[in-house]
Amino acid sequence: MQRKTIHLTLNGEPREWSVYPNELLLNVLREQEFLTGAKYGCGIGECGACTVHLNGAPMLSCLTLAIACDGADILTIEGLARDGKLDAVQEAFLEHSAFQCGFCTPDMIMMTRALLNENPQPSEAQVRDYLRGNLCRCTGYASILRAALDAAAVLNVRRNIHAAEERADA
Amino acid sequence: MLPTNTHLLYPEFDYFAPLTIYEATELLAQYGEDARIMAGGTDLLVQMKMERQQPSYIISLARISALGGIKRLEHGGLEIGPTTTIRALYQYLTSSLQLPISNFQSPTSNLQSLQEACNWFSTIQIMHMATIGGNLCNASPAADSAPPLLAFDAQVTLKSKTSERTLPLTEFFIAPGKSIARPDELLTHIYLPASLPDTGSAFIKIARVTADISQVCAAVRITREGNCAQDARIALGSVAPTPMRATVAERDLIGQTFSLELAEHIGKQAAQEIKPISDVRATREYRQHIAAVIVRDALLRAWERTQ
Repeated sequence: MQRKTIHLTLNGEPREWSVYPNELLLNVLREQEFLTGAKYGCGIGECGACTVHLNGAPMLSCLTLAIACDGADILTIEGLARDGKLDAVQEAFLEHSAFQCGFCTPDMIMMTRALLNENPQPSEAQVRDYLRGNLCRCTGYASILRAALDAAAVLNVRRNIHAAEERADA
Repeated sequence: MLPTNTHLLYPEFDYFAPLTIYEATELLAQYGEDARIMAGGTDLLVQMKMERQQPSYIISLARISALGGIKRLEHGGLEIGPTTTIRALYQYLTSSLQLPISNFQSPTSNLQSLQEACNWFSTIQIMHMATIGGNLCNASPAADSAPPLLAFDAQVTLKSKTSERTLPLTEFFIAPGKSIARPDELLTHIYLPASLPDTGSAFIKIARVTADISQVCAAVRITREGNCAQDARIALGSVAPTPMRATVAERDLIGQTFSLELAEHIGKQAAQEIKPISDVRATREYRQHIAAVIVRDALLRAWERTQ
C-alpha cells in the first residue's frame, strides 16, 4: 500500500495531502487538518455526523476515501464563516438555541446550508425530508427545524434588500 | 498522526482510478477476484469496515466520464450511465415529469415509479454519493432501484476486456449479493426501452424509518387501452433472495377490465408468488400481508396516472 500525493481545495485554500488508500476523508480532516467539526458517529452512513460539502454537495466524509478527493473542493463547518462573520445558518442556530450537546450541530448546519443552496425557500416538510439523514439525540429536532426555516427567511429578506439596492444604484 | 477512533478502515488495498472503460476492464482482467469495483462507495466501504469484504485492489469508476450521464435515445428509450448518482437521476426525472401535459408521450413522462424510488432512497447524503449501477451490482434483494427498472424491462450491458453482452435485468440477479456479472466484467450501460403511450407507473416502499432500506417495496407499470390493462409489470423488493417480478399476477392482470376488485385480487396473487424471510426488519407474515396491500395500492396509483 503506497501513499499518493493529491491536491485539493479545503475551505477555499489550496492543500497538498499525502494519503494512504485506506485513509478516509474524515480521518485526514480531523487528524491532519485538526478540523474537528465533522464528527465520527456511526461510521456506516446512518447518522450524518461526518457531513461535509464535496464539490458543493453534502456527502459523508467517513464513507469517502481521501485518495478519491484529488482535485476536489471541500467545505467544512470551519470554512462556513466568511471574513469573521458567521453564516446566516449559524446565526439562526444560535438564535434558536438549536442544539444541546452540540455533537450534531456541524452536520445539521452543513446540511441546512446545502438545502438552502439548492432550494432557498423550503417548506417545513422539505426541511424535514432533507435533514432525514442527520440524527440528533437531544433537541427533539423542533428547534433545528425553526432555525432552518428562520435562516431561509432571513436570507430571503437579505436577498430582497440587496436586489432593491442594486436597482437603486442602476 | 493523533490516534483517534475515526480510523476504522483497517484493510489495506491498492487504489486505481482509471479514466476509460477500457483501462478499467484491463485492470479487472488483471486482478479479477482480488479487486472490487467502487462507484459511490456507500456499500463497499461499509462492507469493508464490517470486514465482510477485503479486496486487495479497489478500482474506482469516479473518473470514467463515459460511465456517467443520462441520454434520451432516438427511438425514445433512455440510457442511464451506471455512475449516475441517485440524486442526479432523481433531479433528471423530476424535471422531466414537470413537462407540460402536451409532452405526455415523452420518454420519461411515465417513469414516475423510478423517480419515487430515487426519492425514498436512504438519505440525501447517500443519494448524492450512491449510484444506480452500484445499487444494481450490489445485488441486494432490497435495492430500491431494482423493482422499477424490472418493471420497465430494463436491459444492462456488461463489458470485459474481450467480451460484451447485453441482457435483460430479469437475468441479472442471482442470489443475495450476487449478480450474473463475472469478476472481470463491468456494468457499462442501463437501457430503458421507449415507453408506450397511456402508461402509468408507481413505486411504494414500506420501511421502519424513511432512511432505512425497505421491509417490502413494489413497483408496477400499466399500459391502458380503454378500461383494460393492455400490458403490465409487477416487481417487488425485499421479499425473495433477489428483486423479482410477480409474473403470474402480471398474466392475471393483462387483458382484464381494471377495477378495485381486480387490483385487490392481483395484490393477493403477487403475495402468493413471493418468498419472504423473517429478519430484523420484518416477519415473513408481515411481508406477505403488506406485499398484497402495496401491490394493490401501486396498481391503483399507476392506473390513475395512465389517464
